[in-house]
Amino acid sequence: MRIHLPRTLDEALEIKARDPEAVPLAGGTDLMVLLNFGRLRPPALLEISRLPELRTWRRENGRFFLGAGLTYSRILSSLAEFRPLVQASRSVGSPQIRNRGTVGGNLGTASPAGDALPVLAAYDAEIVLVSAGGRTRRLPWHRFLVGPKQTSLAPDELILGAQWTVTRGPGSFSKVGTRNAMVIAVASLCLVLDEDRRQVRVALGSVGPTVLRAPEAEAFAAGVLGAAGAWDDPRAPVPEAALEEFGERVAAAARPIDDVRGTAAYRRHACRVLGRRALSWALADRRLEH
Amino acid sequence: MLVRLKVNGEWREADVWPGASLLFLLRESLGLVGSKNACEQGECGSCSVWLDGELVCACLVHAAQAHEREVRTVEALAQGPRLHPVQEAFLEAGAVQCGFCTPGLIVAVVDLLERDPTPGEPTIREALAGNLCRCTGYAKIIDAVKLAAQKMAAP
Ligand SMILES: Cc1cc2nc3c(=O)[nH]c(=O)nc-3n(C[C@H](O)[C@H](O)[C@H](O)COP(=O)(O)OP(=O)(O)OC[C@H]3O[C@@H](n4cnc5c(N)ncnc54)[C@H](O)[C@@H]3O)c2cc1C
Ligand code: FES
Ligand code: FES
Repeated sequence: MRIHLPRTLDEALEIKARDPEAVPLAGGTDLMVLLNFGRLRPPALLEISRLPELRTWRRENGRFFLGAGLTYSRILSSLAEFRPLVQASRSVGSPQIRNRGTVGGNLGTASPAGDALPVLAAYDAEIVLVSAGGRTRRLPWHRFLVGPKQTSLAPDELILGAQWTVTRGPGSFSKVGTRNAMVIAVASLCLVLDEDRRQVRVALGSVGPTVLRAPEAEAFAAGVLGAAGAWDDPRAPVPEAALEEFGERVAAAARPIDDVRGTAAYRRHACRVLGRRALSWALADRRLEH
Repeated sequence: MLVRLKVNGEWREADVWPGASLLFLLRESLGLVGSKNACEQGECGSCSVWLDGELVCACLVHAAQAHEREVRTVEALAQGPRLHPVQEAFLEAGAVQCGFCTPGLIVAVVDLLERDPTPGEPTIREALAGNLCRCTGYAKIIDAVKLAAQKMAAP
């Protein structure tokens, strides 16, 4: 097994161009499990956990860039303004896992249960890919995450990070698991309100082959808030029945399967409950702010 | 693959298989067997060590990822015959039974108390969520953390 230890991103990309079989190794929290159990024997590894270019974030022209190498712990300590992302990061594994695991690794693994992924989907994030010579390629999240554990990453590329337009409005991430900590989601949901565009955006995890959005539920919720006058006046009441109907429509967007962690029926039910709660929390947050 | 790293304050070298984890390097090459190998999948926390000051599962760190970096293990905690207050507290509270999970838990508790000297119970539970114990039922472990916090606060 060849081990590459580049010091800069440029060096790493040159190695990737020369040795495309080299598997990037970030936090190792997914990859080392496979290696320890002999389920993966890559011909080469490319250590990227120390590359400074991947461990950054920045704001430019109303857009936010999150480096692929940021760990969940770093997000928790530094990015409080993105509450759904912080909530998702806090729900990952344990302190030991959060100190190593990265959003880039979550994208690379592309598990339908990856906790950062519904958040990126609800933010409408673009995934930024980079190859030798600094060539970048930007893909909307749904064109990057193309199936269970499948991405459209090319052999000579690395994930540089994710980028999205910063919006105004409340949001949350919530997750159902078989216990309180250290669990893979049975169902997860991220809801974000965009006050300026008057949009409600909802993404679901663990209930389909990859992360899903719920466009009908989104349009319905935006319409309900409009009809109630709630976009203009956060204190305007939104009928309880509309919240229920929103939950139904969120559940209808799920494409769950039965597995060891839960039945499809339970997962659908969980989406209904998570959806209704997330919208009512967001409405309550708006009222509090005013 | 030759890896050079600073372990408990001392630079060491080890020649390991290129697929080896930091845990393997510590135990098999350096003879530091305090960190335990139980699951090798990040689930049990019994291999917890610090890598450049951060609490990690040594089984999930590739040995090469520790090259030219600093590792601190459970072996660094006792000063000669004098135990670390967290180690004392575990003994006094009866938080040790078979002892397999204990080194990992001690490291995780020291990490917690270095960041938060007076943690409440929810904070303790969250901090120890990555450490499994088959024997104690956790109540005495939580008692031990509270006792250790008192010991460390005492002048
Ligand atoms: C005990 C335990 C609990 C866990 N709990 C959770 C949980 O609650 N929620 C959750 O979502 N996940 C969980 N995970 C899974 C894992 O921690 C996450 O998926 C994490 O985000 C992976 O990041 P990493 O940096 O460790 O990835 P790595 O293991 O280093 O890499 C994962 C994959 O991504 C690729 N990759 C990484 N970075 C890049 C890059 N920049 N460019 C190209 N490819 C890249 C790698 O080649 C590899 O294929 C858990 C894992 C363990 C062991
Ligand atoms: S042996 Fe590393 S977490 Fe279990
Ligand atoms: S004391 Fe036996 S596993 Fe914890």
